[in-house]
Amino acid sequence: MITPSIWFTRHMQALLSALGRVLRRPMASLLTTVVIGIALSFPATLWLLVKNAEQVTGGIAEAVDITVYLKTEVPLEEAEKLAASLKLRNSIDEVTLIPAEQGLLEFRDRSGFGAALDALPENPLPHVLVLRPSTAHSSADEVEALKTDLAGFPEVEAAQVDTQWVRRLAAILQMLEDLFKAIALMLGVGVLAVIGNVTRLEIGARRAEIEVTKLVGGSNAFVRRPFLYEGLLFGAIGGLIALAITQAVMFALDIPVARLATLYGSEFRLAGLGAADAATLLLLGAGLGLAGAWLGAARHLSRIEARG
Amino acid sequence: MIRFERVSKRYPNGREALRDVTLQIGAGEFVFLTGRSGAGKSSILKLVALLERATRGSVTVNGQDTGSLPARAIPAFRRRLGVVFQDHQLLMDRPVYDNVALPLIVSDTPFRDIDKRVRAALDQVGLLQYERALPLELSIGEQQRVGIARAVVARPTILIADEPTGNLDHALARDVMQLFKRFQEVGVTVLIATHDLTLVHEFGQREIHIADGQVIA
Ligand SMILES: Nc1ncnc2c1ncn2[C@@H]1O[C@H](COP(=O)(O)OP(=O)(O)O)[C@@H](O)[C@H]1O
Ligand SMILES: [Mg+2]
Repeated sequence: MITPSIWFTRHMQALLSALGRVLRRPMASLLTTVVIGIALSFPATLWLLVKNAEQVTGGIAEAVDITVYLKTEVPLEEAEKLAASLKLRNSIDEVTLIPAEQGLLEFRDRSGFGAALDALPENPLPHVLVLRPSTAHSSADEVEALKTDLAGFPEVEAAQVDTQWVRRLAAILQMLEDLFKAIALMLGVGVLAVIGNVTRLEIGARRAEIEVTKLVGGSNAFVRRPFLYEGLLFGAIGGLIALAITQAVMFALDIPVARLATLYGSEFRLAGLGAADAATLLLLGAGLGLAGAWLGAARHLSRIEARG
Repeated sequence: MIRFERVSKRYPNGREALRDVTLQIGAGEFVFLTGRSGAGKSSILKLVALLERATRGSVTVNGQDTGSLPARAIPAFRRRLGVVFQDHQLLMDRPVYDNVALPLIVSDTPFRDIDKRVRAALDQVGLLQYERALPLELSIGEQQRVGIARAVVARPTILIADEPTGNLDHALARDVMQLFKRFQEVGVTVLIATHDLTLVHEFGQREIHIADGQVIA
């Protein structure tokens, strides 16, 4: 009969004996956990950078405006009506009408062609509408579609938007995200291999004990259990180290990034790992540790049998 | 109770260690397994403890046909058996107490019972004062008795021993045999492989003689 208290006791026993063995060889254990920590900190840091980059560029992509040049013969009232009707669309947040006169004034101020412009018999500039797509419709494809639509209006001479660089940015982000996935996969397999190997060595070192335990009736589960806990511990401690490394990297990057953001007139600050991210990292470490130990134990424990 | 019926054992290297062995040992019996080195004594004990399986024939232990026992049932099967070997297989980095407690720990015995039983077993082999010692701090004879305490601590119904006195001088060997005899007297079936014929004759118990993989008498 296995009562819950015996079940608990034997798991505590396995955990404590695993902890004891981890602590008995502090240097070797430290090396193992640091290797795992560094391996896990790479994808964690990259993931954070991607997430932060998405944050920044999300803000920029929202700021992509469509400039609509009306035909010169379109009168101001019609331009105003058009502006009002466009504003009703879901896909458009804001419409700013820049009347030809205002455009000319601004152009005169900025260009320094004042005298030359004064010489013109009439204002050569058309009325211009500046549209800001709404956040929900600010993907490069949608903005591009909106632009094409607008260009087809009879009052419109031309519509312009520079989605090229938004597309490039999105492509770069996508690539970083793919890179993150590839690195996470590779290093995850690496962590499995490291822990599987630690388990192999540990099983080899404790061969006599395993043989005797099986001789007196220890089940495979009983023999395997301390190794699984050891892998779990290594993985969890490795996850903790990865957490520390990642936060340290983010902390180190925070000040230069903030300075850079200020130069660009932005309030942007780097976001570190949140509580949920941290918990995920720890669980991931522990899970990889457990899985690695399981693989190592499955491979190497079955070869050891009690002998007479 | 142990029964072999027309049992043969061929090792993977082709060596036929047992040929057509039939024998029966009743519950509570004390039996010596004798024969020269290489006769097949250890092979018989390994078949009883399911460290090996018969190539042909059937081995029945405690009414259980071992041939039909799946691998996952072997640990539970071994827990009902006490096993002692010449190479006593103690854990050298663990104190005597831990070595003796191992069979109880693997069988999920509650803690309070473990302590009681380990002390009782150590008391029976006269080593109670050494529970905190490491095996290497003990003499060979004492180490062998630690092995016996470990074999009996879970109160098995069958006790098997392979050359348990192999490394001991005659006086110590007699002490160890007497210890086994005492367990038989409280109802345990005891099967001991030995080539020490002097000792066997001294004890005058039932003897199964093996030669060249076959039962002679
Ligand atoms: N694992 C094994 N593999 C191959 N041959 C073995 C193995 N174990 C024992 N033998 C052989 O089987 C025969 C019987 O051995 P064993 O049962 O150990 O005899 P005993 O214990 O009487 O000395 C011997 O010839 C031995 O070499
Ligand atoms: Mg032998």
